[in-house]
Amino acid sequence: MVNLKVNLAGIEIDNPVIPASGTFGYGQEFAQLYDINCLGTFSFKGTTRDPRYGNPTPRIAECPSGMLNAVGLQNPGVDKVISEELPALKKIFHKPVMANVSGFSIDDYAYTCEKLDKEEQVGWLEVNISCPNVHNGGMSFGVDPVAAAEVTRAVKSVTKKPVFMKLSPNVTDIAAIAVSCEEAGADGISLINTLLGMRIDLKRRAPILANKMGGMSGPAVFPVALRMVYQVYEAVKIPIIGMGGVSSAEDVIEMMLAGATAVEIGAGNLTEPYLCRDVIAALPAVCEKYGIDNLESIIGGAHHG
Amino acid sequence: MKQSLFTVAENRPLAKDVWQMTLRGDTSAITAPGQFINIKLAGHFLRRPISVCDWNDESVTIIYKVLGKGTDEMTRMTEGTVLDILTGLGNGFDTAKCGDKTLLIGGGVGVPPMYGTAKRLLSEGKHPIAVLGFNSKCDVFYEEEFRALGVETRVVTVDGSYGQKGFVSEALGEGYDYFCACGPVAMLKAVSDASTSDGLLSFEERMGCGFGACVGCTCKTKYGNKRICKDGPVLTKEEVVW
Repeated sequence: MVNLKVNLAGIEIDNPVIPASGTFGYGQEFAQLYDINCLGTFSFKGTTRDPRYGNPTPRIAECPSGMLNAVGLQNPGVDKVISEELPALKKIFHKPVMANVSGFSIDDYAYTCEKLDKEEQVGWLEVNISCPNVHNGGMSFGVDPVAAAEVTRAVKSVTKKPVFMKLSPNVTDIAAIAVSCEEAGADGISLINTLLGMRIDLKRRAPILANKMGGMSGPAVFPVALRMVYQVYEAVKIPIIGMGGVSSAEDVIEMMLAGATAVEIGAGNLTEPYLCRDVIAALPAVCEKYGIDNLESIIGGAHHG
Repeated sequence: MKQSLFTVAENRPLAKDVWQMTLRGDTSAITAPGQFINIKLAGHFLRRPISVCDWNDESVTIIYKVLGKGTDEMTRMTEGTVLDILTGLGNGFDTAKCGDKTLLIGGGVGVPPMYGTAKRLLSEGKHPIAVLGFNSKCDVFYEEEFRALGVETRVVTVDGSYGQKGFVSEALGEGYDYFCACGPVAMLKAVSDASTSDGLLSFEERMGCGFGACVGCTCKTKYGNKRICKDGPVLTKEEVVW
């Protein structure tokens, strides 16, 4: 009997598999497909202070072993998430959920997190300082250690729930940003958000995405994400949620060996709607194959001195 | 929505860069004409969303245009090829809204969903009229199939090399009480402007998932944001924001 449970910043979850924000909505679409209570938890759609339409379409493009998106944080705004999405979620999901929050100013982040802090079902706050698809916000906080620390402090001052800062890979030294967040009081680090990318339509001789550039995700980014999780694990003591191109139980184990306590699956949900359920189902057998009887014991297991 | 394996039963060219594929498998999730299926292709990350032309209990027929590498590879699939497909996606055309004399307006690969819609309307005892638009004579397909259903069928080509010259929006005629349209957005806009009745319009957009999760294909309507893949692809003429 393999033990899949892990402790994620003080909350024990049944397994380390977490659908990533922006690929799982507020749970409703997938709840029609399978019982989402099999998940460790899920990170809901990036939520902002005010409702957002997001970017114009096309917002989606393909690339080898992956995709680009430039959705631009479309969401109904925190008030509607609290009044409509969370009550609807409570009926279908009976575990703590991870609230993903984005903003355009330090006040925005604090405002939205303070509201979500009062919601019983919210277990963790995942603070996105790394969205590449919006201007004057998002990623601008995540590429500067000082700004990242300021957001962390502002959010920590309004919530008692564990705060994971979600970092951008579009930086020269992600470990330095992670350390800065840890020093400012973050309870954990999530990484990586998407890599800024682009595709051009040969017929139109113009970018495919209306936003010109978008965030790249999918299996193509897995080695980059894994490397960054490995680097951040060596730099901080707080738990890490690893993500980026994970699409199998083997990938989950690889991420955990690099240093992740839990693992998010993003783009894979969009092309294989049952992926998270299937990865969770596959984990025990894959663990046994590699001689793992307690998944939590392998976190950071690839670091040898 | 249902994910299942389908087997290619037939795959043949219909017109320039336009192919018809019949796939055998579980079609139980397909409930309305105008819905689409999302096909996984080896070596491509995103699935390919393609509208349903026709279906029965055992198989589904799609008509696809060769636009890129994925659809080009589809043309080389032989009988017996197994494909992983999501079926029953999108809302489709609500034929309960359609009157007795509904115009079915298709442009290019917007024609196929009109075929299934015609069959559904005929089964309801209604008398649809098909208006099929193409760029040129070499692009024309399915005229005979519509006529074989007993549907009055008008063909329009932009260059006048076959049928009436011009755009479908110029061939709507009179005496219709509703319309269903599928085609490029410029065509849909022209049809919406020229039409004298209410109607339904089916839109296309680049999609991530095809089942409402990624909100990659959102559009604005009079009633708020809608996802082309899940809340559409069919919208009412009245709610569309052009």
